[in-house]
Formats: sequence, C-alpha cells, structure tokens
Amino acid sequence: MSTASVPLPNWITYGLMPLLNLIVAFLISGLVVWWIGENPIEALKLLIEGSLGRGDAIGFTLFYTTSFIFTGLSVAVAFHAGLFNIGSEGQAYVGGLGAALVALSLDQYVPWYVTMPFAVIGAAVFGAAWAFIPAWLQAKRGSHIVITTIMFNFIGAALMVYLLVHVLIVPGKMAPETRTFLPGGQLPKLDWLMALFGLKLGPAPFNVSFLIALVMCFLVWVLIWRSKLGYEMRTLGISPSAAVYAGIPYARTVIIAMLISGGLAGMMALNPVMGSSARLQVEFVGGAGFVGIAVSLMGRSHPLGIIFAALLFGILYQGGADLSFEMPNITREMIVVIQGLVILFAGALEYMFRPTMVHIYQRFKRA
Amino acid sequence: MSGLRIRKGKALSQHPAIELIGIDKSFGAVHANKNINLSVAKGTIHGIIGENGAGKSTLMSILYGFYQADRGEIRVDGQSVAIKDSQAAIGHGIGMVHQHFMLVENFSVLENIMLGAEGGQLLAKGRSGARAELKRLEDEYGLEVDPDAIIEDLPVGTQQRVEILKALYRGADILILDEPTGVLTPAEADHLFKVLKVLRDQGKTVILITHKLREIMAITDDVSVMRRGEMVATRKTAETTVEELAELMVGRRVLLRVEKGEPKVGKVLLSVRNLTVKDSRGVVMVDDVSFDVREGEIVGIAGVAGNGQSELLEAIAGIRKPASGEIQLDGKPIADADPARLRELGLAHIPEDRHHMGLVLKFEEYENAVLGYHRDKRYGSGALLDLNAIRADAAEKIEKYDIRPPNPRLKTANFSGGNQQKIVVAREIERDPKALIIGQPTRGVDIGAIEFIHRRIVEMRDAGKAILLVSVELDEIRSLSDRILVMFAGKVVGEKGADASEQTLGLMMAGIAA
Amino acid sequence: MDLFDIIVSILGSTIRLSIPLLFTALAGLFTERAGVFDIGLEGKMLAAAFASACVAYVTGNAWLGLLGGIGVSILFSLIHGFASITNRGNQIVSGVALNFIAAGLTIVLGQAWFGQGGRTPQLPASGRFSPIILPGADAMRDVPVIGPIYANVISGNNILTYLAFLAVPLSWWVLYRTRFGLRLRAVGENPGAVDTAGISVTWLRYRAVIVAGFLCGFSGAYLSIAQSAAFIKDMSAGKGYIALAALIFAKWKPVPVMFACLLFGFLDAFANFMQGKAVPGIGEVPVQIFQALPYILTCVLLAGFIGIAHPPKAGGVPYTKER
Repeated sequence: MSTASVPLPNWITYGLMPLLNLIVAFLISGLVVWWIGENPIEALKLLIEGSLGRGDAIGFTLFYTTSFIFTGLSVAVAFHAGLFNIGSEGQAYVGGLGAALVALSLDQYVPWYVTMPFAVIGAAVFGAAWAFIPAWLQAKRGSHIVITTIMFNFIGAALMVYLLVHVLIVPGKMAPETRTFLPGGQLPKLDWLMALFGLKLGPAPFNVSFLIALVMCFLVWVLIWRSKLGYEMRTLGISPSAAVYAGIPYARTVIIAMLISGGLAGMMALNPVMGSSARLQVEFVGGAGFVGIAVSLMGRSHPLGIIFAALLFGILYQGGADLSFEMPNITREMIVVIQGLVILFAGALEYMFRPTMVHIYQRFKRA
Repeated sequence: MSGLRIRKGKALSQHPAIELIGIDKSFGAVHANKNINLSVAKGTIHGIIGENGAGKSTLMSILYGFYQADRGEIRVDGQSVAIKDSQAAIGHGIGMVHQHFMLVENFSVLENIMLGAEGGQLLAKGRSGARAELKRLEDEYGLEVDPDAIIEDLPVGTQQRVEILKALYRGADILILDEPTGVLTPAEADHLFKVLKVLRDQGKTVILITHKLREIMAITDDVSVMRRGEMVATRKTAETTVEELAELMVGRRVLLRVEKGEPKVGKVLLSVRNLTVKDSRGVVMVDDVSFDVREGEIVGIAGVAGNGQSELLEAIAGIRKPASGEIQLDGKPIADADPARLRELGLAHIPEDRHHMGLVLKFEEYENAVLGYHRDKRYGSGALLDLNAIRADAAEKIEKYDIRPPNPRLKTANFSGGNQQKIVVAREIERDPKALIIGQPTRGVDIGAIEFIHRRIVEMRDAGKAILLVSVELDEIRSLSDRILVMFAGKVVGEKGADASEQTLGLMMAGIAA
Repeated sequence: MDLFDIIVSILGSTIRLSIPLLFTALAGLFTERAGVFDIGLEGKMLAAAFASACVAYVTGNAWLGLLGGIGVSILFSLIHGFASITNRGNQIVSGVALNFIAAGLTIVLGQAWFGQGGRTPQLPASGRFSPIILPGADAMRDVPVIGPIYANVISGNNILTYLAFLAVPLSWWVLYRTRFGLRLRAVGENPGAVDTAGISVTWLRYRAVIVAGFLCGFSGAYLSIAQSAAFIKDMSAGKGYIALAALIFAKWKPVPVMFACLLFGFLDAFANFMQGKAVPGIGEVPVQIFQALPYILTCVLLAGFIGIAHPPKAGGVPYTKER
C-alpha cells in the first residue's frame, strides 16, 4: 500500500509537519547566514529581540501580521474552492484605491469610526472587483486562473501608478501619492491594547485594522466551516465530480469564492493606507499579497493557523528589518529567502517528509 | 530500423507464446490476481473473459510491465523473462492495445507510431523508413490509415487501428487487446475482428480481454475464464458453449435472495421517452431509449458495463445533458433540471461511483451525510449550517444503518467500502424521495452490507417508491427487480420478468438474443 | 530627428528589450511543452543574472560569467524538478517559491559579498559581452533606408542577441525534428503514451527543465553582463512574467514566440520613447498603458476572444501511473 493513503493523526498533519517544514526552511536559511560569514544563532537572537523585545517592536510586528492575516485569508478562501489566487497582491493594491477614495471623501465630515465601515466596504469591493475578471474568465471561459491573476497583478500595478501619477496626485507635488487623510480618514492606533499588557507602542503603526483582521478570521472560519456556501466551496475544491453530483453550480461558486478572496485581499489595504501612512502611495502593498501564499500554506488554510503563520512572518519582517541594522551583512531580503523556503517546503515539497513520517508513526504505533 | 526487432527461431520453436506460472498480485487489501496459470499457444487468438474486477486487466498489465507481480513467473517462447517495464515487454515482442488509447491526440499517425521507436536521434532518418514500414503493415494486415492524419480528427475505430499498428511497428508477435470493442460501433468491431484473424493467420498471437461472450465465440481459438482474481477454466472455444462460459464467469454463487412479496404497482412516476445521450466525444451512448418506472416497483437494467447504463443514469440524475428525448418525474419534465432541483422534486440518486461522486472522501462522515441536501432548511434555516442538526441526523442514520465505526466525526476515507456505501444509501433513502435511481449499489461491498442494502431497497419499493436499478451484477438485478430491461450497445434490447433465467439474460446482454 | 531615425532607434531598442524575453520564453516553451508549468522563469533569470555578474566580475571573463549563470539557473531548474516531478508537488507553488528565493538570495548574497546594497561592482570590459560591429556596417551607414537599419538595428548587438535569434530556429528544430523533441511534446500531451512506449516520463521531464535552466542562464547573463555592466537588484523586473505571457500569446510555438517577444519588446521600447511626449489631439499617452498591454493582450487571448490557446494537455499535472 502506498504511503499516500495511510491516515495520519491531525496533530501530525497540522502540527508536526508544518513545524518540520518550517525547521528545515530555517536550517537552510541558517546555512545561508553562516555562508555569508555571520553567526546564525546570533542572528536569530537579534531577530527575536528586534521583533518581540520592546513595545514598539511588537507593535511593528503586529502591524505586519495584520496585513499578512488579510492576504493569508484571501489565498486560503480561494484555496478551499480549489483555486490558486496569486493575485492577492494586485487585489490588495486596487483595494487601496477603494479605501483611499472613501477616506478622501469622508475624512472632512465624519469621525474615523463612521468612515471605517465604509472604508472596509470600499476596500473589499475594489479588491473583489479586481478578482472578478480572472474569476469570470476561469468560470466561463476556462482560462487558467493562475495566469490571469498574475497578469492582473501587473495590470493593477500599471493602473494604480497611472492613477497616482496622473489623477490622484496632489497638484504641484512630485510624489505620486494622495493628500494625507485627516484624522476622520485614519484608523487609530491600538495604544490602549498595548497598554493593557504594560507595553508602549511608541511610533509603531499597530492600528484598529488588526481587530478587523481578527473579525475576518472569525468570519472566514464561519464561512468555510459553518456556512452552506463554504460547504459548497470545499466540496468543489476537494472533488469537482462530487460537486457536480451534489448540484453545486461551478461557475457561481468559483466567482463567489474569488470575490470573497479578492475582498479580503482588498481589506489588507486598510492597514497600511489608513492605519499607517494615511495616504495612498505607490507600491504600498510591498509583497504582502505574496506573503499571503506562504502564510496560507503554512497555516494549512485555517484561520487559526493563518494567525500563527502571519505572526511568524510579522516577526520575520520586523525582526529582519532590525537585524539588517545590527548585522549590515544580512539585508532585509533574507526574509524573502525564508519566505521562499517556507513556500517550497510547506507547499511544493509538502509530501517529501510524509513517507518518512508514516514510517515512523507506524513503527511508533506498533511499539 | 531499430524500431523493429526480428525475433529469431520463431518458426522452429514449439513453445507456447506466453506462459504465466503462479502469478500473484495484491493492491493493498485487494487480491487482484491469485496464483494465475495461463498458457497461450502461438498463432492463436486466446480470449480471456471475466466480469468487471475479475482481474483480467491487472494480469495483462503485469504481462506488459506496467505492474510487477508479487510472485510468479512469466515465460515468453519458453524462456523465463523478467518484465520490469513496458520497454522490456516491447523487447520481448509483446504489444498492447489499451482500453484508453495511449495516443498523443495532436500528433499525426506517423508521429504516434514512431514515438519510442524513432530510429535515431533525428526524426528525418527514421521517418521514411517508418512510412515504408507502415505501408507494408497496412498492406499485410489490411489496416489502412493515412499516416499524416492528426489523431484527434480520426474516428475511434481508426485510432484503435493506429494503436495496433503501433504495436506491430515495434515488432510485436504477441498482441494484447484490452476490451477493444468497448468504444467501437458494431461495424468497426467487425472490421477489428477481421484484422485480428489476419494477424493470427500471419503467425501473430493475439490475447483478447473482454467480458462479451459474443466476441469470444466469434473469433477466439481458446478461452480462459477469470473470476474474482482466479483463473477458473481454459477451454477450446469450439468445444464450449455460451451457457457454459456464462456459468463459469459468474460461478455458482450463493444467490442472495431477498424476501419480497408481490409488487403493488401504482401510477407511472419516472418516465423516459426516446432518450439519446452522447458522451464527451460525441459518441452516442444511449440510443433512443424509452421506459417507465411505476410506484412500488423495481425496474432493473441489466447489461455488460459500458453499454450505456452509466450515461442513462447520469442523464436522469441531471449530471449529463441528454442530446434529445424526454424525462418526466411524476408528470413534470426534468430533462433540463440540475441535480439540486431534482432532489427538491423528490428524485434520489445513489451513484455508481461513490468515491468520485457519492462522497467527498476527505470530509467527515456527517458532512457527507448531507451532500446534495445541504441547502435544505432542516440543516440550517439561513446561510449557515446547523451542525447540531446535521450531526444528530448523521448519528441517527449511523444507528439505523449500523454504520461502523459509529463516529460521525471520522474522515469518510477511513470507513470500509460497505460502510461508505451505507452512508450514501442512508442519505438518499432517508430523504423519503418519490423515485430512486441506483447504480451499482453493492460494488466493492461486503456480504453483510449487501444484504442490508438490498433489504432497504425492497422496503423502499414496498413503500410505494419508483426504483430504477442499474447493476452489472446479474444476480443483484435478478433478485431485486420486478421487471428487467436489458441494455446492449446503448439500446434497450428487451424486457423480461423477474423470473427470467440467467442464461436468457446473459445471451441478451451479449447482444445475441432479444 | 526625422521619423525614419525614430523608427530605426525604436527598432534598435525593441531588439535589445526583446532578447531576455526571447531566451526566457523559449525556456518556458521547453518545460511547458513537456507538461511542467514554470512560473519560476523570473527567478531563474534573476539568479542567473546575479551569478553571471559575480563570476564575470571575479574572473573578468564574460564567457565564464555566462557559464556561471547557466549553472545556477540549471540548479534552480533541478529544484523545481525535484519538487514537481520527483515529489509530485504543486508546480505553481514550487515556481512561486523559487522566485522568492532568487529575489531574496541575490540581494542577500550581493550585499554580503560586495556591500553595495545588492549591486555587483561595475564589470571590466572583458567581463561583458560588447557590441559586435558587423562587417561593412560603417560603410553601409550612408546607404539610404537599408544602411541605417543594417548599421543600427542588425549590426552593433552583442553576441547573445545573435544567439537568441539563432535559438529560435534551433528550438524549432529540436522540438519538431529530433527524437527528443517528439518525446518532449508527447509527454506534455499524454505522458501515458510515453510511458507505455517504454520511455521514462521522469527523465524526459527532467531534461526539459534542464534545457529551460540552460536558456534562462542566457537571459540572465544578457541582463547583467551584456545589456548592463553589473547586477542590479530585481533587475529582471517582471520580465519572466512577460516572457510567460509571450509564451501563452504565441500558443506555445517557437516561431510565434519570437514574434510575441518582439511585439512585447516593441511595446516596451515604444513606451520609453513616448514618455513625456504628447500625441497631437490626444495629449500625453500614459506609459502605463504600454506597460499593461502585454498582460491585457494575453488575458484577452486566454479568454478565447482571439483564437484559442490550447495549453499542453498534461500541463501542471504530476504523472502517476493509473491503478
């Protein structure tokens, strides 16, 4: 009997295996660090200190975490329906336009808590709209969604640059960005939350969108495991033929799943655009959409797993930034390497350790 | 020409072309081949017949190097050989025509023929030789085909001819054909038989795997019968009869008789009129079929697999759109309805293939217990699922249908075949539908579960439901049905009562009698 | 500048901008025709550009630089093969992973080794492929029409440019005229046919990804040691994806691949030319339109509005023998 069909307990599949993949990714990263002449243990220490050592460090870590939760959820929702959405990056980018438009039109008139729900909707609608065309092409014309979402990342980037350079730019200014939002268009920082733990946030842009992200985690969990739509998405994702048998409409389910996925990606924009820089800037997404792929794979597409994985990548991003100050030899891009290794081991090579695992598990069980 | 291997001494040797000695093969728990012995004489057409799942294809795949036997010996021309892959089989002069053609559809005939036997690094070198050789083979065996035609433009029968040519081009002396007529029209099948006879007369050895008795009687010299992984008999075709072979194929099984009274038949619930269904390639699979199923009766459709029963079921279930014709459920036309709508209208469907259709194996048991009915109010009034209701419902069915282990949170893949099937049966029956269509209700199911499922089906009938039953198990059809329709080549070729003998039905299924 | 000079100048830069696309798209052609999706073209190109620049800098030899680029690119291919052929992993995920690893590693190593923020030091002339003046180019310069085209478009390119255009008929020849090509095309359509013909699907697909690595080595070297004189971080800048788009746009055929790459290169060149220039009656046309056009065209094609692009049938699906 092939090892692929041997069942493993959940704690191995969802706990030990991702951990093992992560460890291997880190070991290889450690080798890279060692190769360029630095001490990996020292680097790890600096990384942890830089991301969790002080109040503001934690604030930055959680700020990144927030973005990654959104994009991780985005990738995960599409994944459950059997779709690989590589377009979260572009959807988040265009989602920023929705958030910014809401902020720009409301910030002079209302306080932030009135703006916020509209901004959430604006970001989600714009993100979803950017996912709609690839979704429609997949559902109705059979165009491969991986390719179309990649293409839409670039089209979205071109569109946003055009809008920022030609339309949204403040007349007379050089920088391609919108005007700064008034407080009515900004999401407040979560100083009080940090204070509860006796920490000072300092300049870190940890803001209310973190709470929105947590709410979205809950809603995605409800969607996937508690709703009829989620049930249909999962059926389609696991067994398209069973979905046909059960009368689950393919095109509708694909499109809705992608709209939700795009909407979640779009909401990511709230965090940097309204929670941090208070304006829409070029390339504000900064690869968070792609990190979402790693986060979703690591977190096994479960909101709880995604929170942990997003936190991990938040630590890497913040700690990595700090590390590059302390050890100039190690640039921030070390995180990108680790991210790539995590995707490689947790995603593409997820079955590599499985046969060994099954072997050990069976021996262990017999003994 | 490196593509051709001239086998020396073939005229002199008196050894059988192929000898299989003690071949044994298991896939996990499935014992597909049990200690098989077989001897195929040179220059003969040797039929291997058996029901689905008897182990014929596995045996031939071992001979062709696709699988390795766990035990046993293969002798080609008297020499013991190890066939570790297809390359080795080809080297020993064995060629195979697969049930699903192994052709590259956007390649030309010539390219397909040359693939793997190109005659050098450059195609140009081998091409003219291949063309000439192809011409020779065409002339010698009457296998005309345009070498420059693209495969996907060719009819199925011609594609098969390419497969045969491929094997011959590689110098095959022994040709294995796996269910070759399954995809052919009767005229194409007749042509194939002519070709096979020519091949034999030219000294080739042909092994024909089939479950169609008519074919065995029509063209084989010898026939071996397989049943449940065992080789049960070998006969000279001239010295045996259809009746004997049919009996050997099915064996003298303990007939699982189900106690049932006379049917109390009511009005027509399911009505099919002039239904024609095509498969994805456009081949007519169900050909102008009409019948009715009334309240309180089980109508069985007997037939050898691949004669249109699957497509008929799928068309009624709303999974496959019919090309023409009408289907009515309780007077309402349903030919255009999708599966979700059909369930609402009261049509339940136990599909032929529980692994790909009836169940999502990665789901927990309770999730599968509502597959297709998940939109129902009782499982949640709004957009959300009421998991408590679903799990309670699942637990109830587990209890009632004695599904083991009784754990609705267990992953479905971890249940045995019989228990998986009970999950499907419970789901479809407990909805109290008006009509029930059932495909292969007990395929891969243990005896205990078979009896249980059969009893449930009869209870449904006694409760006044209209039941359409498709099975390739003739026993099952005979013991459950009140009326039996026999399908052959997409048509209903006749109707018999429940008392029809196995032989009568067998002959009808083989397309011999009506 | 009169119109003719403008055209010559745009054509010249079209050629220069098309070359990395061409090598990369041909690389994708080999893997995808063999049934292995390759999103990782971008990463291979970037890694090769970095490796080429490093080796060329250290040795001062452009050819050794090219060799270094090819070696690293093939290494990336082999990882992709190990994940997606041997371990039957998701080919898309593997490609995405390799792109990240390349994007990160080139900068990390570049900074660690050279300390110039991810750049490699400026290459000496011997470490670069410099323009080749074809015989008679100067003499021809004054001949009307043909002269400037010959001198400025056809002549004056580096050796890799000529190799790229040579690679097109060569790829065509390999795919359609050799045994390897026949088998490679077959394995992308129906690996079962290849397997039953007694040919190893695994080895065949490995060879295909190795060829892709080889070609990506050229495109990377072109970027860093022919077009520029150093590696600059992220210098592939999405060209791998444009090449992928060109491959799809060309419906996975070698000669159309060349035209698609020239078209996309032209759009790029034209966008550069149009930057800051006003079109009479319309005003300034935003360059972003030209930047987005390759992707838009590809999506329109994928949607089946201009002919149908049939990807290789077995693409993206790991091969397992059926039970």
